[in-house]
Amino acid sequence: MEKADTKQKKLPDDLWIKCEQCGEVIYQKDFMKELKICPKCDLHFPLNAGERIGSLLDKGTFQEMDRNIYSLDPLDFGEGYKIKLIKDRKQTGLGEAIVTGKGFLEGHKIVLGVMDFRFRGASMGSAVGEKVARAVEVALKEVLPLIIVSSSGGARMQEGMFSLMQMAKTSAALGKLNKSNIPYISVLANPTTAGVAASFASLGDVIIAEPKALIGFAGPRVIEQTIRQKLPPGFQRAEFYLEHGMVDMVVHRKELRNTLKKLLDFLSPNQIKENK
Amino acid sequence: MKGELPIEKPLQELESKINELKKLSSHADIDLSVEINALEEKAKNFKRDFFQNLNSWDKVKMARHPQRPFTLDIVERIFQNFTELHGDRSFRDDPALIGGLAYFDDKKILIIGQQKGRDTKKNLARNFGMLYPEGFKKGARLMRMAEKFSLPIISFIDTPGAYPGIGAEERGQFVAIAENLMLMSQLRVPIIIVVIGEGGSGGALGISVGDRILMLEHSIYSVISPEGCASILWRDASKADQAAKALKLTAQDLIKFKIIDEIIKEPLEGAHTDYNLTARNIKESIKRHLSELEKICIEELVELRYEKYRKIGIFREGD
Ligand SMILES: [Zn+2]
Repeated sequence: MEKADTKQKKLPDDLWIKCEQCGEVIYQKDFMKELKICPKCDLHFPLNAGERIGSLLDKGTFQEMDRNIYSLDPLDFGEGYKIKLIKDRKQTGLGEAIVTGKGFLEGHKIVLGVMDFRFRGASMGSAVGEKVARAVEVALKEVLPLIIVSSSGGARMQEGMFSLMQMAKTSAALGKLNKSNIPYISVLANPTTAGVAASFASLGDVIIAEPKALIGFAGPRVIEQTIRQKLPPGFQRAEFYLEHGMVDMVVHRKELRNTLKKLLDFLSPNQIKENK
Repeated sequence: MKGELPIEKPLQELESKINELKKLSSHADIDLSVEINALEEKAKNFKRDFFQNLNSWDKVKMARHPQRPFTLDIVERIFQNFTELHGDRSFRDDPALIGGLAYFDDKKILIIGQQKGRDTKKNLARNFGMLYPEGFKKGARLMRMAEKFSLPIISFIDTPGAYPGIGAEERGQFVAIAENLMLMSQLRVPIIIVVIGEGGSGGALGISVGDRILMLEHSIYSVISPEGCASILWRDASKADQAAKALKLTAQDLIKFKIIDEIIKEPLEGAHTDYNLTARNIKESIKRHLSELEKICIEELVELRYEKYRKIGIFREGD
């Protein structure tokens, strides 16, 4: 349940963005064309769900599913949880922290889920768990490859055990999918930690991480407090987990679509390939 | 003592007063039975009132009580011929997870469970019941074996959480947990989960997907520790008591939410005061559920397990 620093500071006129890693000042319009990657230091800035979908799918092919599933406050948690939900809906224009739907990636019809870190740190409560489970079930029923792009701080604390159980629910759904020959490709964007890392995000037939993405179960702060020492540089980053055998590949964002296409070409049950 | 319940000190005082009076009456040969009876009655009522009205934070302390029966205390009382098995066949044996073969009366079963240590030395050896990835993988290996030999699985939960350390992260704590969730959802044998103490977040969940989830009366199960929750919400871990209440982590909360299936009664003053009675109650419950589960054909059982988890969640659909 770590908070990711967005590493993004807006300059007054909103036309320019300053990279927090290297200080480069980037023209907003170019930045979008560059998929929000710093041209100088290659830092991958967070993409919101809409931007990510745009970067992966063939133009105009995305059809959203389950747009109208919303979180409630099952524990009557208080602490402004309901108000925060309303605020995040307003600010992001999203219903919840994941957007799911169907679309075409280089001609492959797929089911796609994309988490949006702006919405409650893309934490998983009942609504996120439900949307993931339904997406998996659609993939299974319609024999479509599944791709989920994760970025999340973990379980949504304010929903208590309901949120923890979404880990089991989503993993059980993937357990069914896993018995078929339908591929599931999991993409880990910065950051993917805790309850989401420890459930559906780690169950892909192929797991791809974005460069430097923070991945793991416990957040770095919690580990540092437990072991009372500083963590080595690069610890829990995508490259670290590639080396330690937890992800299949680290793929630059500009190569992601093409990499996914190649994997789909190879793994897709071929009757669903659409001729372009 | 750390983790002491608020009742323990006043109760001790009351009890030592009773003892004093008893001593006095036997030495001085005066009849104090009226006074003694009155005090004993008072102590009894005091206890009953307290233990029947534990708040969430009291329950957290009960669940973490250093004298609470741990997995092996329960195992030795309800199973016969427990043969412990070791290792994940990959990296090492994680002593925070015990597992092995046993008889449950006339049935053959497989046990896994998180194991805490009674004192500092043993706790260090057991890593306070916090699993490394190899602990989850050891569990997975044993559960696959259970499937091979058609052994029902009984899994005991008692952990503050999965261990957050360098080695644990390096060896893929998140992958180990995720893979167990998927594995357990598909296993073709009955699985009964018994939460006996602390059900600490993903560390607990990593060996607790099953057909029945049973919880001891004063055990807890939570998405995050109350201390962790309090430090995120208020930057103050000392407000853990408030967080415990907000998180709805008691067995009584969770049965209302239909997240668990049954609450197993504890002795009046808690499981730590009578291991035998606690074990008997657990045994009775497991026995009843196991015989129910064994009547269901395996395809249906796995499907019912799927449905059980599939329907957990409260959300709104529609604008
Ligand atoms: Zn830069």
